[in-house]
Amino acid sequence: MDLFFQQVLNGLTLGSIYGLVALGLTLVYGILHVPNFAHGAIYMVGAYVSYLTMVDLGYNYWVAMACAAAAVAALSVLCERLVFNPLRDAPPIHDKIAAIGIMMFLEAAVQMQWGAEFRRMPTPYTDIFNIAGLTIPAQRVLIIMGAFSLMAVLHLFLKKTMTGATIVAMAQNREGAFLVGIDANRVAMMTFAISGALAAVGATLFAPINLVYPSMGHLLIMKAFVIIILGGMGSIPGAIVGGLIIGFTEAFGGFYISTDYKDIIAFALLVVILSVKPTGLFTKGVR
Amino acid sequence: MGALQKVSGFIMSPAMKMLLILLAVLFPLAAGNEYQIYVMALAFVWAIAVYGMNIVTGLCGQLNLAHGAFFAIGAYTLAILTVDNGWPFWPAFVAAGAMGALLGFLVGVVSLRLKEHHFAIFTLCVGFIIYLLMDKWESLTHGTLGIINIPAPHGFGLVDFTETTPFYYLALVFLVLSVFFASRISHSLLGRTFLAIRISDDLAASLGINLMRNKVLAFVLSTTYAAVAGALYAGMVRFIGPAEADVAHTFDMITYLLVGGIGTLMGPLVGTLVITWLTQSLQSLEEYRMIVFGPLLVLLVIFSPRGVVGSFTAWRARRRAAAREQQARQTASEKVPPQAGASSIKKGAGNHA
Repeated sequence: MDLFFQQVLNGLTLGSIYGLVALGLTLVYGILHVPNFAHGAIYMVGAYVSYLTMVDLGYNYWVAMACAAAAVAALSVLCERLVFNPLRDAPPIHDKIAAIGIMMFLEAAVQMQWGAEFRRMPTPYTDIFNIAGLTIPAQRVLIIMGAFSLMAVLHLFLKKTMTGATIVAMAQNREGAFLVGIDANRVAMMTFAISGALAAVGATLFAPINLVYPSMGHLLIMKAFVIIILGGMGSIPGAIVGGLIIGFTEAFGGFYISTDYKDIIAFALLVVILSVKPTGLFTKGVR
Repeated sequence: MGALQKVSGFIMSPAMKMLLILLAVLFPLAAGNEYQIYVMALAFVWAIAVYGMNIVTGLCGQLNLAHGAFFAIGAYTLAILTVDNGWPFWPAFVAAGAMGALLGFLVGVVSLRLKEHHFAIFTLCVGFIIYLLMDKWESLTHGTLGIINIPAPHGFGLVDFTETTPFYYLALVFLVLSVFFASRISHSLLGRTFLAIRISDDLAASLGINLMRNKVLAFVLSTTYAAVAGALYAGMVRFIGPAEADVAHTFDMITYLLVGGIGTLMGPLVGTLVITWLTQSLQSLEEYRMIVFGPLLVLLVIFSPRGVVGSFTAWRARRRAAAREQQARQTASEKVPPQAGASSIKKGAGNHA
């Protein structure tokens, strides 16, 4: 039974990180209808920025997280301005290829600058709690709390503020948003900034129990895509629920089925679901 | 202007194809060393795979991100059959192509129910599953160690394909066959059908085109090309590992295709050769080639989405249309009384539109 709850904790940790990354992806998809293949590389850059601010510059964990969020948000906005904005009216295949181009560039650039070796990110929170036979590392608690409070803040921002409402409006109906005078450029830049910041915070939270290396975003971005397809592309609650589904499936699948194949589980799940229901699980109405 | 037109006319003529083949046949004699022949043969093998990608992505408009994985499936099928099961090369080669077609059919039937983004993401995941299987299924694929000592193509006692130059000619034969087959497809009703699907699913369906059947056919054709190229690659390099299925290969192929000209006949070959030799000339770049390729892809889709060949044919079509219009205007003003001139110009312009 302890082992079972240990897996619940693992699933919750994985799920909250997946949820954060998928949220950024789904926000961008909702606004621009671009599947941003570069999001995983953006996440990776976030991890490197916070690693370097902490290890090389010697700043505190939270300062590093803020730096990473700011730097990556700026990078995302730059990508939007330089690449996705000029491709607004191009056929959809061009957006995808351009996103792949950004991804390849970021990975190669980081690898050239800092090498391909794995790095371990230090964290000030190394305590391990023992509650009723459960071993709970403090960093995992931090991940779960951090991710969910960030999701709550994002929810409040989108629902309660005017700027947030413009993002929701544009995702719901592009023409309608233009009619009421919403500035498309501003919303697109803001969405990219938020999506980048979420990825950077997710990376800084997750990196201490994982490793930092140039291709660390590969697997994560593919899982994030699985999540937003499951949850319906562009849906915010869908991304969070989908993230938890994949997190739990992986934790339990990895434990009860096979650790070797645990990364396949998410994809196998996607293949099965899309074979049965090509529009995804939670999508409403017609395609 | 006359000379320019003659050159561009020659490039489009059948004589140019003969010249290209002749140049390719003579290349080993002109090459400075064996390494250059090796690089060229490898580029030919990749070009065959890119031709496959051109069918499903260029003609039919479906971005298949599992293409590199199907290349690896061809390579692994050949390697497993020859090394572990003792098959001779050529039956295993045919089996590799068949395996590519079969798996392509299975994946295609499921994945092509999805549209655009969903399809691209789905195939990305399929490619990754294939990669993970090759990495983890040790009893079948030897895991991360890969498979070594793959036999070279059997020469029936006449030629020795372990040598570079004979293999070069073998790759050339397969490349010429691939280009010929690709040109037959793109000029046939089937090719037009694929184009219609690329332009609009709904429009194609309203013309009575069976979307699913044609998309699956395009997909199977492309995976067969990829698997055949993969099998040739295994016979040439003679060592393979799970890295062959890495998604980076798919991205390489997208770059080749986009540089050459997506959806054009000679684009895949031009793109592959240009990028291969560019990378070769910048040896130090090999590992970090993506630093150049990444921004190159972005710049191409923004500024020149047609690629080298596509831009050339578009430029030529414009010039020819302009020249014909001018000619029509001249004959009209010479032969027809001024009153009737205007209407015949209109007619002439209408013919070319």
